[in-house]
Amino acid sequence: MKKLIALGFTALLGFSGALHAAEYKIDTAGAHAFVQFKIKHLGYSWLYGRFNDFEGRFNYDPAKPEASTVNVTIKTASIDSNHAERDKHLRGKDFLAVDKYPTATFKSTSFKALGDGKAELIGTLTLHGVSKPVTIAVTEIGGGKDPWGGVRQGFHGTTEIALKDFGIDYDLGPASQIVELTLDIEGIAQTMM
Amino acid sequence: MPAKNTASRYGWVSLSLHWLMALAVIGMFALGIWMRQLSYYDPWYRDGPSIHKGIGILLFILLLARIGWRSMNIRPSDDPALKAWERITAHLTHYALYALMLALMVAGYLISTADGRPIDVFGLFNVPATLHGLPDQEDIAGEIHEILAWVLILLAGVHALAALKHHFINRDSTLIKMLGRDANNPKP
Repeated sequence: MKKLIALGFTALLGFSGALHAAEYKIDTAGAHAFVQFKIKHLGYSWLYGRFNDFEGRFNYDPAKPEASTVNVTIKTASIDSNHAERDKHLRGKDFLAVDKYPTATFKSTSFKALGDGKAELIGTLTLHGVSKPVTIAVTEIGGGKDPWGGVRQGFHGTTEIALKDFGIDYDLGPASQIVELTLDIEGIAQTMM
Repeated sequence: MPAKNTASRYGWVSLSLHWLMALAVIGMFALGIWMRQLSYYDPWYRDGPSIHKGIGILLFILLLARIGWRSMNIRPSDDPALKAWERITAHLTHYALYALMLALMVAGYLISTADGRPIDVFGLFNVPATLHGLPDQEDIAGEIHEILAWVLILLAGVHALAALKHHFINRDSTLIKMLGRDANNPKP
């Protein structure tokens, strides 16, 4: 019955191309999503890396953006800074301790549209066994039908975290206390509600 | 002292290879433990691992030379006082030490070349990566390297204790041969 009503509403609203509330699965299968970080090396240059293995979902309704939610789980062992010996060190006890903390998670708690495609996403980041609230500056990149019969929606987000806040206290020097995270996610709509 | 071994004594090549590698194995074990706890700003943070890798490659070449030399030489005979089980255990230990060193070096090589980067040997030459890009290669090779290092150092310790036991308790020719003496003429 619910489905029938939903179908009726969808028909009423028409297929104008406007997006409706939907649950989106982050397209990690097609690698249209990236969890990247950068940290200063000695204060002299930026070092970039990323997490290759993660999954997540988000809910988004352009008519009701404050109801948006997002959940992402990252496999910490998938860290990749393009240097095997460094990655081994990063996975070890000095940094991520991936044996003890195999996943990092982000669960949103609030989403505030700021207009002009900008938003403020607040949620709990659990990393290295420590859960802390983080605020992500979100930019809506775009959304709509894809060429293969699906509907997609993408966002870009940035935030900064202090390693010390998450119990990672290996001394990389005074210029390397903060990690900048850049998150790009494209979701494929799963169920039109 | 002859270069080659005889039935009653080791030649200087075998002796040098043995003691050089004994020194290197102990030194590399200590260096390996020490370098892992260095802070990022320690002056040895880069040189420690770099020396460890360079010596490791040279040691691999030396090990191949040692195995080759051993196969081309006779071995001085065991002390006649040795019981059958002692001979067998001693020889098995020697083979195990060779095998452990070989496996340890291969594992170490697989850590540093896991992403296809070569190993630089003191700026003299590069050893290219061969097997690389296997899933979690650097982590798995790292665990194996660490475990084998401990097994090697413990077995080498047993080997050394056995030699001392033969020298001080049995008072036979086992250790003095490895110190360069002739089993038939043990006094210098």
